[in-house]
Amino acid sequence: MIDTLSKDSVGLVATHLETFNVPVLLACGRKLNQFVLSYECYGALNADKSNAILVCHALSGNQHAAGFHHVEDVKPGWWENCIGPGKAIDTDRFFVLCSNNLGGCHGSTGPNTFNSDAKRPWGPDFPIVTVDDWVKTQSILADSLGINRFVAVIGGSLGGMQALQWAISYPDRLKHAVLIASAPKLSAQNIAFNEIARQAIMSDPGFHHGHYYDKGSIPKKGLILARMLGHVTYLSDHAMRLKFGRELKNAQYQFDFDIEFQVESYLRYQGEAFSEKFDANTYLLMTKALDYFDPAAKTNNNLTEAFRSVQCGFLVISFTSDWRFSPKRSVEIVNALLAANKVVSYAEIEAPQGHDSFLLKVPRYQAILKAYMERVADECGF
Amino acid sequence: MNVVSDKLTSLLFDQRPELLVLSRWVDFGDRVLDLGCGNGVLLRYLQKQKAVRGYGLEIDEDNILECIQSGINVIEQDLNQGLHNFSDLSFDVVVMTQALQAVRYPERILDEMLRVGRTCVVTFPNFGYWKIRMQLAVFGKMPVSKALPFSWYDTPNIHLCSFKDFESLCLHKKISILHRCVVDHAYQDSLVLRLWPNFFGEIAIYHITKC
Repeated sequence: MIDTLSKDSVGLVATHLETFNVPVLLACGRKLNQFVLSYECYGALNADKSNAILVCHALSGNQHAAGFHHVEDVKPGWWENCIGPGKAIDTDRFFVLCSNNLGGCHGSTGPNTFNSDAKRPWGPDFPIVTVDDWVKTQSILADSLGINRFVAVIGGSLGGMQALQWAISYPDRLKHAVLIASAPKLSAQNIAFNEIARQAIMSDPGFHHGHYYDKGSIPKKGLILARMLGHVTYLSDHAMRLKFGRELKNAQYQFDFDIEFQVESYLRYQGEAFSEKFDANTYLLMTKALDYFDPAAKTNNNLTEAFRSVQCGFLVISFTSDWRFSPKRSVEIVNALLAANKVVSYAEIEAPQGHDSFLLKVPRYQAILKAYMERVADECGF
Repeated sequence: MNVVSDKLTSLLFDQRPELLVLSRWVDFGDRVLDLGCGNGVLLRYLQKQKAVRGYGLEIDEDNILECIQSGINVIEQDLNQGLHNFSDLSFDVVVMTQALQAVRYPERILDEMLRVGRTCVVTFPNFGYWKIRMQLAVFGKMPVSKALPFSWYDTPNIHLCSFKDFESLCLHKKISILHRCVVDHAYQDSLVLRLWPNFFGEIAIYHITKC
């Protein structure tokens, strides 16, 4: 309930929709003549619009980064731990903007929105979008809000990749980039996991080649499987041991194929809950955007060269138990920045929770992010 | 000097006294790498006074946080893993104070420093200091001093040497010593120290190069 909300929450928030009637050419070569972005913002934009922070969401995230939509909401936005008055990303000092990525399923133009040319939902006809495209459309949103330059672009995981792309694509439009639990490109293993997730969705009989909206079905089983698989990669072996061990659902073995261990029950529950609120086509798109992300591709696979023109300062953070995007992947980014003689700090946080750590209350992580952002606010005089 | 720098200077003198000596060897606008940078006070000072561009390497959590608070580029990295992520001669000065005796392979880290830096500054406690010699010679016990305050069984200082030892290593490795400043534990210089450094000096600050 809203009256039990703590003072460090942004409280009740609303999603805004903005329609852009400007054609946008996507990396895949296709063009969208019009698109909508849904976004939320917290805190107050100052008079010269210089205190804005862009928060970029990860694979399954959306524009609802903090606060509550309704007084009855049980769960706040996905980054409530870090965004709010007095928190690491302090809404008393910064104006925080978070938009749903193009191709998303939470209000922005995506596979589950209506394609007026085809007179049906986009479904699989929606163009493949890339991190480049997201950054481009986010910059159009920034233009519409009169924000010339972000104080910082911040993101975890796939969100960190967007922050990285921002630094490269629009070097003069951000002062700082904060990359948390991210990577400069996917490894073969990362792509393999994504492919398994996509195959789970696409081989579901309810998928109907992506045009399931008309059929009144969703590829639920496939989406659940994809999420279960993804979820395992977000946790660490250690975290799963601590949380579930070999704990049984019943007192003793049942010797059948029903849920036997608690970890199975947990994964099924997570998959089920996810399948209720996420669109399968968007899941496919997001995993593709991850696979294609490779900012060094344009510079002969030389990341240092890709960073030549960046101007912002970087904070890079990784977590020791993250095996999806391990500290080594963050170090690749850091080393390229060092070689390019850029402003960068790096911290490797000891945390047992795996990739998910970036969403959690990990004290040292939050202290470092807060210290960095306070410094940023101080130097800007907010 | 303004108030801020005054405060910084006195902070520096408390925490990294060797800096006042070594800052003489840093030029305006130099690229500086500080190995084991602590809370970043040295880089802060050099940024203010000499407009250097630099990075600190550190593994202590509180120090890293303090560096970030004060806007110092700090990289969480263990010196024992070497400096493989830095290219040859990518810095004008590589600094390592009071850590040579605590790293696992001092020779390797010296090689690394001299590969990455045009010049290097190292400081370490002198195991040839007369009080240390006395403790071993007269009492037959492992020395404990202000510069080396730990007992043998829990000391981080695992590779102790005297100034003479260090200089023969330099000779052996064809490392040129550009400057040497020998001081007591209060980082004071004196005539006696200059005359008999390996006997009376407690800490040495070496400015070396292989270029």
